[in-house]
Amino acid sequence: MASPDTAQRRQTQSEGNRPAWVDQRRSTGDLDEQIFSAAFSGDVIRRFWGFVRPYRGVLAIGLIAVLLFAGSTLALPWIVRITVNDVLDIHTRGDGNLRNTLYIMVGAFFGAVVLHVIMGYLQNMIVGRVAERLLIDLRRAMYAHLQRVSMSFMDKTEVGRMMSRLQGDVGALQEFLETAVTSVGDFVLLFGIIIAMLIMDWRLALLTFAVVSVLAIARAIWLPIARRAFLYSRQTSSITSGALAENINGVRVVQGMSREHVNLDLFKEKADEQLRAANRAAGIGLVMIALVDTLSGAAMAIIIVVGGSMVINSSLEIGSMLAFILYVQLFFDPIRSITMHYAVFQRAMASGERIFEVLDVPVDIKDKENAEPLEDNDGSVEFNDVTFGYLEDEPILKNISFRVNPGETVALVGPTGSGKTSITSLLHRFYDIWEGEIKISGKDVRDIELSSMGNNIGMVLQEPYLFSSSVYENIRYNKSDATREEVVAAARAVGAHEFIMRLPDGYDTELEQRGANLSLGQRQLISFARAIVADTKILILDEATASIDSYTELLIQQALARLLEGRTGIVIAHRLATIRGADRIIVLQNGEIIETGNHDELMAHRGLYARLYSMNYASFDDIPDELIAEATEYSRTAAT
Amino acid sequence: MSFLLNLLTRLTVVSAASATAPAAGSASMTDADDTGSGFHVLMRIIRMALEYKMFIAVGLVLIVGASIFQLFIPLLIGSGVETVEEIFNSENPDVDALRWTLVTTAAMLLGSAVLRGLFTYGHMYISENLAQRLGYRLRMLYYEKLQRLSFAYHDRVHTGDLLTRGLLDIEGVRAFASRGMLRVLYLAIFVGTGTFLMMREDWQLALISLSFVPIAAWRSVVARLQTSQGWRRYQEEMGQLTKIMDENLKGIRVVRSFSAEPYELVKYDKSSNEAFNRAYQLVTVRATNLSYITLAFFGAMSLVLLVGGLKVLDETDPFSLGQLAQFLAFMSIMQNPVRQLGMVVAGWARGATSGKRLFEVLDQVPEIDDKPGAKDLVITGGVLRFEHIDFAYMDQFGDEQVLTDVTFEARPGHTIGIVGPPGSGKSTLAHLIPRFYDPIAGRILIDDQDISEVTLASLRRAVGVVEQDTFLFTTTIDNNVAYGDPWAEHRTIESATSNAQMGEYVERLPSGYGTLIGERGVSLSGGQRQRLSIARSIMLHPQIIVFDDSTAAIDAATEQRIRAALQEVTADRATIIISHRLSSLMHANEILFLEGGKIVERGSHAELLEQGGKYRDLYELQIRPEDDNVQSGGEV
Repeated sequence: MASPDTAQRRQTQSEGNRPAWVDQRRSTGDLDEQIFSAAFSGDVIRRFWGFVRPYRGVLAIGLIAVLLFAGSTLALPWIVRITVNDVLDIHTRGDGNLRNTLYIMVGAFFGAVVLHVIMGYLQNMIVGRVAERLLIDLRRAMYAHLQRVSMSFMDKTEVGRMMSRLQGDVGALQEFLETAVTSVGDFVLLFGIIIAMLIMDWRLALLTFAVVSVLAIARAIWLPIARRAFLYSRQTSSITSGALAENINGVRVVQGMSREHVNLDLFKEKADEQLRAANRAAGIGLVMIALVDTLSGAAMAIIIVVGGSMVINSSLEIGSMLAFILYVQLFFDPIRSITMHYAVFQRAMASGERIFEVLDVPVDIKDKENAEPLEDNDGSVEFNDVTFGYLEDEPILKNISFRVNPGETVALVGPTGSGKTSITSLLHRFYDIWEGEIKISGKDVRDIELSSMGNNIGMVLQEPYLFSSSVYENIRYNKSDATREEVVAAARAVGAHEFIMRLPDGYDTELEQRGANLSLGQRQLISFARAIVADTKILILDEATASIDSYTELLIQQALARLLEGRTGIVIAHRLATIRGADRIIVLQNGEIIETGNHDELMAHRGLYARLYSMNYASFDDIPDELIAEATEYSRTAAT
Repeated sequence: MSFLLNLLTRLTVVSAASATAPAAGSASMTDADDTGSGFHVLMRIIRMALEYKMFIAVGLVLIVGASIFQLFIPLLIGSGVETVEEIFNSENPDVDALRWTLVTTAAMLLGSAVLRGLFTYGHMYISENLAQRLGYRLRMLYYEKLQRLSFAYHDRVHTGDLLTRGLLDIEGVRAFASRGMLRVLYLAIFVGTGTFLMMREDWQLALISLSFVPIAAWRSVVARLQTSQGWRRYQEEMGQLTKIMDENLKGIRVVRSFSAEPYELVKYDKSSNEAFNRAYQLVTVRATNLSYITLAFFGAMSLVLLVGGLKVLDETDPFSLGQLAQFLAFMSIMQNPVRQLGMVVAGWARGATSGKRLFEVLDQVPEIDDKPGAKDLVITGGVLRFEHIDFAYMDQFGDEQVLTDVTFEARPGHTIGIVGPPGSGKSTLAHLIPRFYDPIAGRILIDDQDISEVTLASLRRAVGVVEQDTFLFTTTIDNNVAYGDPWAEHRTIESATSNAQMGEYVERLPSGYGTLIGERGVSLSGGQRQRLSIARSIMLHPQIIVFDDSTAAIDAATEQRIRAALQEVTADRATIIISHRLSSLMHANEILFLEGGKIVERGSHAELLEQGGKYRDLYELQIRPEDDNVQSGGEV
């Protein structure tokens, strides 16, 4: 069992689980770099201000509240000081009016308390709410912008990354605003305390500051260490979570292969590391509590020894000594939050840059000034000399010209990469072409209002895309005025009604994410029904390539026929049955139309189509690449 | 970049939580009705924690120490002020002696502060460490249990729900252990002793000082419970919003092709506003309760100043300024622990619900397990026999019978083909062989040993099922292929991969067999995934191999090549092929046509065609009507 080879295998096994670790460890460095390299950016602040502006009135009130809050906080020990000095000091005792003075002072104290409470309430409410509002505004702006930016941007962008910008980065800016306002309060409080102490006695004040500055320095050293420890702890925790998730999802394989013991060992390694990391983070994190406890004690000890001696020497009033003790307790909080805010501020700068990066993505495809909605669509489609590509100098379509007459069904056929999908995307103006023109109902697509496209051109994608809402809402989709009868009629037309009625809540059954609780064939039928409800003159259909069992297949073929009835159809066809049923077939290769005609004509022509067809595959997509290459070669030589 | 990833991880946790939140909500509802069970759950957690005897013992000592030194601070401050005050009280004060008293007081204060810091650090660290260990133990138990719970359980319970329990509920129990157990003792000892000391000093003033405690405690509990409930809803709503955005961006082609942007924005705004209102509400709850607590605290302090001030002024009362200072110091030191009470109570509530959900899983008994005294399966010939098998899924689909009286035999070197309409029970049949489920009647024998009498591990080593839904793990290709035998030699992995017709592809990858699969690595097509899953199964050389529609996404030509490559491997083994593609199983020695859980036709391809029944109908449905050369096409 333990031959050298197997031992090595064991090694690679644990290393197989390593890359995720190593990756994450390495990226910890990235994070620091990201945070610490994000310098103050005036641009980010300026643009952020654009979002804050609408709330500047409320925020001004909030700021006043913050200042008054800090002021009232400062006032409390001060009033205690005056009370002690003027009323309770032994020197002044015995005066009959002292009681009245005490009442006044306590009244003043209570007044300051009420102000403190009200301003605290206002501050929390205003700052909290504006920050939430701002979060909403920023995210809405980004989201709405993403609805408009060109498809070529969306093609390049990972949804996961976009989501983290929409959530995480926006959250960081929100946090920034919240702390920005309160840190103004913290600074005011800090300076207030310093000034109050200096006024009472500058020597004692400086001594106290010396102790407190130890805290500030210690925190500056501790913070990055603690942050790393917590980050690492979080990473180990997300690694164990990931392992747990994977085991739950793959539990059938695990049991089928009897790998329970191996997995438990591997999981234990990760869980052990998580435990170690968590305990370490706790150990480091709690240091600050101990330190604050010790230093505040030290500060008080100094006040009692030094301040007390000064009182004995009569160089300090006893009330001031008491006020010192009270102020010292206030000292620690603002220091803690200000050091924390610094990190928030840095994070916000980086986040802000990423957010505005998205907002700055230009909207390439938009309505021309004189664009008109497409009305009275006759359903004809025309491509004249269209050349187009996604990357410069790499045209995908070259001088494509064809016309589809109203009501006609045209099948686009050709190997992967021949440009079929590009043709359908261009019709919908997801991209703008380089040369030539595309006309719908005789109108150039660039002169048509984009918002009217959806009413004229329907699209059924290869992978049916369903939203996690009810079946009913998925079929109706954005046609909000469609009645329930229309929805049911559409489902009946494509033969989906029966299985929908068998679902637990019929049409009101909630679909899981991406319709995971339906089979592929069923999802397909629902997406057909959606196209029927949309009822467009022109329909683009990208036929599914995935293999579906023959029973469902038959249903889908029938539904397809119903779907295309009375519409102009452009079908990216894979199944031979569909291809043969088309009025016309356009054979594409390398972005050029090489053959066109109906099935019989093309068979007679004995070109690529005839060649591929004769290979007897149920679908053109099943044909291995090398055979396609062979057929291409053959038809090329046959043509010359 | 890692920052984004991190956020994403957090987001997924949040959305996973929200996905199952209705369940969590209902659980907490029932819990509120049944506090008894909540109490029992907490006791069970506490019993588990008590097993860490050393931690508890050391923790207790540290707690007592921390409370004592914490309480020394106000006492020493008071006596410090008193010492200073003394100088004015006596006619002829001994200044040097007073100075000395002052220095000792200060030294003791510093000492107490240091010890307070250390003890507090100690008991908090012990609490946290204990809680982490408890969480670790639960995590391991949970993982172990999940691996052993049978398919029927996993069918019944949503993976998202299991994940939430494994992440958030373990965290809930951990948080309870960290903040709700030892910390409570600390709070009780600290507040109790503090109250006693103050009462001894001056009971009237003590009562006034402590008058803020009930209000602050009450408000902090209310605030915590309200916010944690509101926070949970907020997370659900954010989860919903995330889903809307995510689906919109992933389905952007659908959105654009329907020109549905305005509709999508309306949908977004509705969800976004809900979340916003909830956040607003949370801000209000927080601000309001905070105000109450602050008002109660400082209001009490005003009263202390007034009454204490009057006492100091009263010549007949010995109450000193130092005592007043002591009371003020006591108040500020008691403030924080009282405010923490809300956290503690919320921790209990969460611990009870989380613990309940966790124990629900941990207490499950796997339905399928080794019988006591089960022996390993001994392969002598490798003959699989189904004898009058009936099967029904008991829970999910009611008890509708899925298989009825299924009898067949698969001999080494032979292939059994199984075909039939969707829902006819084909996959179910495959799942009975490795005992993923147990039949309700009949026996399944391998070499005359009833599979329910042998150990699961030995049975599953002998049977390989290539599943319909391919699940690959996020690790390297070789680790995936060698999943069932991590110690396999590299050439075994390579030959299995080549037999599954993936060898060439893998070798062309820059990192070859070391290439990562999944989000971070290379993304494979459906057919490639299926081929890897075939390689994974055949690498183990199972005596009986079942292909459960596992070539659906593989093109016909490649499938032929796989079959040819496997011929040698399976020469002395039984093969069962389930497929809806007839070309995949035409060559089988026997083909079973399943319908409604019964075998309605059986025989070889030629015999079944001859019979002219359902098999023939299906055959005709799958071929192109006008072509007559299709037979040759199927048998390339």
